[in-house]
Amino acid sequence: MKQILFDRVSKSFDGERAAVHRVSFEVPAGSLVVLLGPSGCGKTTLLKMVNRLVEPTSGRICMDETDIRSLEVTALRRQIGYVIQQVGLFPHMTVGENIGVVPQLNGWKREQIAARVAELLELVHLPPEFASRYPSQLSGGQQQRVGLARALAADPGVLLMDEPFGAIDAITRASLQDQLIELQQRLRKTVLFVTHDVDEALRLADRIAVLRRGELVQYDEPCALLSRPADDFVRELLNADDRVRQLGLIRVEAVMRPLPPDFRPGVLPALESSADLRTALSLLLQPGVQALEITREGRPAGVLDFEDLRSRTCQPLQ
Amino acid sequence: MRFLLEYPEIFFSLAGRHLELTLLSLAAALAIALPVGWLLHRFRWLQLPVLGLFGVLYTVPSIALMIMLIPLFGLGGTTVTVALVIYNQIILVRNTLAGLESIDPAVMEAARGMGMGPGQMAFRVQLPLALPVILAGVRLAAVTTVAIATIGAKFGAGGLGTLLFDGIAQNRADKIWLGGLSVGLLALVFNHGLQLLERRLNRHRAVERPAPAA
Repeated sequence: MKQILFDRVSKSFDGERAAVHRVSFEVPAGSLVVLLGPSGCGKTTLLKMVNRLVEPTSGRICMDETDIRSLEVTALRRQIGYVIQQVGLFPHMTVGENIGVVPQLNGWKREQIAARVAELLELVHLPPEFASRYPSQLSGGQQQRVGLARALAADPGVLLMDEPFGAIDAITRASLQDQLIELQQRLRKTVLFVTHDVDEALRLADRIAVLRRGELVQYDEPCALLSRPADDFVRELLNADDRVRQLGLIRVEAVMRPLPPDFRPGVLPALESSADLRTALSLLLQPGVQALEITREGRPAGVLDFEDLRSRTCQPLQ
Repeated sequence: MRFLLEYPEIFFSLAGRHLELTLLSLAAALAIALPVGWLLHRFRWLQLPVLGLFGVLYTVPSIALMIMLIPLFGLGGTTVTVALVIYNQIILVRNTLAGLESIDPAVMEAARGMGMGPGQMAFRVQLPLALPVILAGVRLAAVTTVAIATIGAKFGAGGLGTLLFDGIAQNRADKIWLGGLSVGLLALVFNHGLQLLERRLNRHRAVERPAPAA
């Protein structure tokens, strides 16, 4: 778990207009931040500067207050998991060997690696016998699960994901997204996730950095982006007027209110905090329901009423 | 075939010498071509001049090339080996390069992103993945080498060419036939042996079994 800081980071290729221009923001340790924007907005360039596949022209990037340029480049990369859209599994190695690459580079013992491979296959919901298969024998979704397992192998604090589910069919993509949310709740890695898919960004992100032509337009929580878009670009990008669709993407915990002091559990209809807001809305629309009790693992964690839903997700009329 | 029956030990020593020349040249040629191919892959601007040079050298007739090398290496096995190494460069370098270029860029990006150094990438990823294409080049080079090494007999390198040239000088058809056929046979053995090896290496990549349901 590491905090990442971008400090006035710029990159221009061969004197052309800057691909990334003076971008500054902070990725809090243990949070999942999505870099969102149309193609060519610099999101992938920004991501690749973290593991130094691209070097910034100016500015600096720090991990836990250490400038990453002061670290040896291969050592830096081995502390950072890297998942790309084309997966890039090594076709001449088995799944187990693929997952074991970084541990092996780090000099782990054979039994240690085998144990870790088994653990990771379980973590990404693949059967243990997959360890001896070759990547060409796997479906696209399975390959990307292996890609994720491989990135997590040496237990890195930071995970970089470059449109990891972009080439995968919609149904498999949704299940991989769910799995990433579940994984993230357990592992709490600092994740930078690049996508141009707004729905994916809203579902996964703790915070979203919206980029346009190399500049950071807005950096905020998903709800805040919807209720207070910085400009028309953000509003149109997020399709911020289509509330009903968005409600299905945002989790209840993002908008619930803390429990009032006089709260009596068990009176209001209950809903899990990981449920989406559309489910919450359907409950609130039922006659007689004033508010919901939001529970986390069966324990009351907050409340939500119609006004919360409206004020936290909708932009006030001008 | 009288010669083979009368002097089997001479025949086998000539065949052994031929094999030695071939293997030595191939090994030396490969030891040069692999790093050169890797450099051409890494520094693309080198490709045109280097491939151009090897291409031109390849067009020099083998007898002429060996004659040109005599002042440098004298009569004997060295001149012939050097000539064979030079000949094989264009084939081996080009195939090494093609093998390296055929690797999916995503695989290389993953390797770099995971923190492999250039040496680790070369030996763990690039070489194994380029190997089938490199081997196809080795196969072609081996057949060419077996054939051209025959001429080496003219320059004191020995080998099965000795039989051919003696046969012509002495007007002995059996020697000519034996020399010609055994060179052909040796080339065939190399070709098939390496082909088998290529198939073995390609095995796991050839399997496209339908993926079981996720």
